[in-house]
Amino acid sequence: MAVAGRSIQRTRRLKLQVFRYVVFAAAAVFFLIPLYAMFEFSTRGNTGNRTLEYWQSIPQYPDLTAAIIASLELALITSLAMLVLLVPTMVWTRLKLRRLSRVLEFVCLLPLTIPAIVLVVGLVPIYLWLGTNVSDNILTLAFAYVVLVLPYCYRSLDAGLGAIDVKTLSEAARSLGASWFDVMWRIIVPNISNAILNATLLSVALVLGEYTIANVLLYNNLQVELVHLGRDNAGVSIAVAAASLMFAFALLVGITFFGSRSRRVRAEPEGITGLGTGAVMGSAG
Amino acid sequence: MIERGGVEVRLENLVRRYGTVTALDGLSLTMAPGELVALLGPSGCGKTTALRLLAGLEEADGGRVVIGGDDVTGLPANKRNIGMVFQAYSLFPHMVAWENVAFGLQMRRVPTEQRKKRALDMLELVGLGRFANRYANQMSGGQQQRVALARALAIQPQVLLLDEPLSALDAKVRSRLRDEIRRVQLEVGITTLFVTHDQEEALAIADRVGVMQSGKLEQLGPPTLVYSRPATPFVADFVGLTNRMEGNVRSGAVEVRGTSIPLVHPDVPDGPAIALIRPEAVSIAGGDGDAAEGPLVGTVLTVAFLGAVSRVTVDLGDTTVLAQLPTSAASEHPAGSKVRLTLRPDPVLIQREEAATTGS
Repeated sequence: MAVAGRSIQRTRRLKLQVFRYVVFAAAAVFFLIPLYAMFEFSTRGNTGNRTLEYWQSIPQYPDLTAAIIASLELALITSLAMLVLLVPTMVWTRLKLRRLSRVLEFVCLLPLTIPAIVLVVGLVPIYLWLGTNVSDNILTLAFAYVVLVLPYCYRSLDAGLGAIDVKTLSEAARSLGASWFDVMWRIIVPNISNAILNATLLSVALVLGEYTIANVLLYNNLQVELVHLGRDNAGVSIAVAAASLMFAFALLVGITFFGSRSRRVRAEPEGITGLGTGAVMGSAG
Repeated sequence: MIERGGVEVRLENLVRRYGTVTALDGLSLTMAPGELVALLGPSGCGKTTALRLLAGLEEADGGRVVIGGDDVTGLPANKRNIGMVFQAYSLFPHMVAWENVAFGLQMRRVPTEQRKKRALDMLELVGLGRFANRYANQMSGGQQQRVALARALAIQPQVLLLDEPLSALDAKVRSRLRDEIRRVQLEVGITTLFVTHDQEEALAIADRVGVMQSGKLEQLGPPTLVYSRPATPFVADFVGLTNRMEGNVRSGAVEVRGTSIPLVHPDVPDGPAIALIRPEAVSIAGGDGDAAEGPLVGTVLTVAFLGAVSRVTVDLGDTTVLAQLPTSAASEHPAGSKVRLTLRPDPVLIQREEAATTGS
């Protein structure tokens, strides 16, 4: 009996293993083929030889470098603003305004249902006013981007907060003499660090890939510049596109590694509370 | 002897409403220094609300909280010097046991070396010195609650609050940890409020037990008194099992099936009433042989073995009665045998309203 049971178990484990590799291979092909095509195209010389000419000429386009820097700055500002806005609000709703959590969820998910182009129509007058009265700096795009990333970041943070008992933990901390700032910084944030990393990754990826809003509002971010460049010099455009994809990819791997390492430090037999990585990745796709 | 070094805690006329529901309806309670008071009651009776108001986790709609002579009613939770153990596991998951215990000291700006030493001492006090470097998810429920107790005591609070700390644990761990809590509480000599819905827990651990219902304190007294002399029918019903037997009040005593039993409060008018009789006041006088007929003769339905004692359910025809006997005595009367019951004339409480409804 026991032997038969063990062999069934072994077969099942083997099947699962095979299934995993098949899924992994399919996903890898799905992502790698376009990436390979981009590499192939951006390193194809006029005479059919391999050349890094396009890659090397990236820094020679000042508009492009400016756009890259602007997009990276926007990604940073958007992520920070999103976290500062969302984390305390979500914690506070969980603690004190339970009734409003539905409303908050609705508001945060709303941008998902509004096509970017429709969003822009609403944003144009605001940016006209901003441009004349405050600043026409490209970094003002961060306002629009924070709205844009809300749904994804909300979902990610919600999964993270759902995995811990926010109310009991913060009440315990309060009774031990912690101020609200200490509760947030020393108790909540360390326990949802994975969710925060995921939310950050999502907003970085979204901002680096954003085209519609920047284009209609006449700002030159990375994607807008890539399109301009594509008309001018397709090779360089594709090289930059591949580079930005690789950057996002490296970021993702880095964050996953960081997350799994911090989890391994707390290795334990029963498994730590999942911080919703799966849910986040699901909603990102 | 153990020296008690706690402070006096006074809850004065506390009121707390949630919308139209009144959770606390003018609760007043004074706890002597070093005393352990258990608040006991069904869920929704306001006992947890009382504890949360004392902790400062909720604001009162009326009344005062006075700790050691200082009015702390308006103070937020982090400014009151209170240690609390929660019902849910509340250890910070990203910290190991000693870091958890040291957290309150960190908030009080105690230097690292000092707070680590104190944290280890506290873990030693609750018998978990070896577990200092474990995370919460590497410990059992009972161990987690003991760390939580060490954490609450590490800040040397004026008051210790225990909000059903044992209810998530299994029976054996529960009774061991209950005794452990009492031992530590006596050792530290801290004024303690213990909230529970488990009467056995409350009676076993407390200096005084307060039984609550609908936001009010029904009775407050030593466990033996609350058990043997319940002030109201609700207390009698909630604390311990109670037989409800129809009877007739006549000049300060109630006559139940031919037996006259004195009343706790004799100044009541005559008439039908329901007597509340403890199972341990019911005994079995004889077995098959001498049982003929009579108002207290019936058939044994079930015998529940509880260890040293057994609980026998006897069918008297129109009602069933619970009797609690030493197991050796109960074993002589298996299910199906005919027995004659006797009622010990300990003073009892009566209930009137229900007698009227049954009568009509």
